[in-house]
Amino acid sequence: MKTKLIINGQDRALDADPRVTLLDALRNHLGLPGAKKGCDHGQCGACTVIVNGRRVNSCLTLACMHDGDAVTTIEGIGMADDLDPLQQAFVRHDGYQCGYCTPGQICSARAMLDEAEAGWPSFVSEEMDGAIDLSQLSDEEISERMSGNICRCSAYSNIVDAIREIAHEKQGASA
Amino acid sequence: MRPFEYQRCDTVTDARQAGAGGSRFIAGGTNLLDLMKLQIETPQDLADINRIGLDTIDETDEGGLRIGALVRNSDCAADARILRDYPVLARAILAGASGQLRNRATTGGNLCQRTRCSYFYDTAMPCNKREPGTGCGARGGQNRNMAVLGTSEHCIATYPGDMAVAMYALDATVEIQAADGGTRLLPVRQFHRLPGDTPERDNELDEGELITAVLLPKPVGGKHGYRKARDRASYAFALVSLASVVEVSDGKIARADLAFGSLGTRPWHDPRLEQLLVGEEPSKALFEKAADTLLAEAKGFGGNDFKIPLARRMLIATLADATGLNAAGEPA
Repeated sequence: MKTKLIINGQDRALDADPRVTLLDALRNHLGLPGAKKGCDHGQCGACTVIVNGRRVNSCLTLACMHDGDAVTTIEGIGMADDLDPLQQAFVRHDGYQCGYCTPGQICSARAMLDEAEAGWPSFVSEEMDGAIDLSQLSDEEISERMSGNICRCSAYSNIVDAIREIAHEKQGASA
Repeated sequence: MRPFEYQRCDTVTDARQAGAGGSRFIAGGTNLLDLMKLQIETPQDLADINRIGLDTIDETDEGGLRIGALVRNSDCAADARILRDYPVLARAILAGASGQLRNRATTGGNLCQRTRCSYFYDTAMPCNKREPGTGCGARGGQNRNMAVLGTSEHCIATYPGDMAVAMYALDATVEIQAADGGTRLLPVRQFHRLPGDTPERDNELDEGELITAVLLPKPVGGKHGYRKARDRASYAFALVSLASVVEVSDGKIARADLAFGSLGTRPWHDPRLEQLLVGEEPSKALFEKAADTLLAEAKGFGGNDFKIPLARRMLIATLADATGLNAAGEPA
């Protein structure tokens, strides 16, 4: 099945069995091993990438379903010599231990902040009026919105610290 | 995963033809692909309907909303009209899954999601839903998550979703296109089937039929809520959930539209509850009577016995909260 993908801004062509998931396409066919295979069943979030601006579990979608789609992986967010502010915040706050879940956490957090900025409520939002103040985004909100990303080392409190810092800065920048 | 033929559909007509030819539809794929990896689902032909449209929420002539079958859960739960007029639906959707899954999951696909019964998932165990005639592993097994209402000797698995529970409370309608092109409307409260002796059939869709939309009636006002008890605070299926739309007028209950999740083998709407509640003055005694009625036929299987008192307390607490009584069901 021939599929064209735009990955981290580059056109990539894939010709693979239709059974190949987006995750396996990235890791095994396209040389992008940043997205991780944790559970392979959508339960852990380690495979999270951003498709057309939205975070998804790349293990639960077929590559052939994404012809023409724009995919951002952790490699497109920042590499060791050019870290994204969110990655820097994870380093600063020690938001990981083994690091296996981190690419998924960062892709997820980045898209999550866009969702909150767009006014999407969460299950713990008291008001459902479509207005979210990023500078006031509570730890409870961050935890609920990030619940699709499991960290077996349980670095959760530091992950929340890193995301909170960026959320509050992001609001400052756009104000 | 077993090999399959993949076809990308561009229009509703493409999808109808694929359905007529025996293809399975794939939309978000978050449940179907999971089951295909485990070879619980083994379709020979997959028709990808992600690009056929049906992805908008539009106002109906009746003053309600028509949610296209391909509207993603996250878009539905962030829609200003849903948030304003049907907050029970937004809350229910946001109570389910994760941000990543809601970005893929669709309105039609979510209605068709399959049970998360661990015996359905374990292909080394008997399961009448997965493999008719093999028996039920859950009945005498670990049945903590199973249903206490609507069970049969063949199956005690729950319908696991949240979105549909709110749609039952709202008395929504499912718009279905048949493989021959005809359209039919089915009240959502009749969409899912009791297991009976055919637990392999989750819902009333015939082969090749495609959900095209879910229709919400005109907004009814009232106090909307979605309460969900689960083993962890987020990203877990319900032990019991309750969607409620309740209105009090002149000291009497004017509306009590209630539906339960993970309590029965299908989203559970019991019309006896509103008959009993509407027109009455809110009181603890009344709420207890409603709980007695709801659970009169409830049957636990050991591990899930706790769901009966849990549903009872959830119903009483929800009604008390919605009618201004305190948690004990007495005037606040």
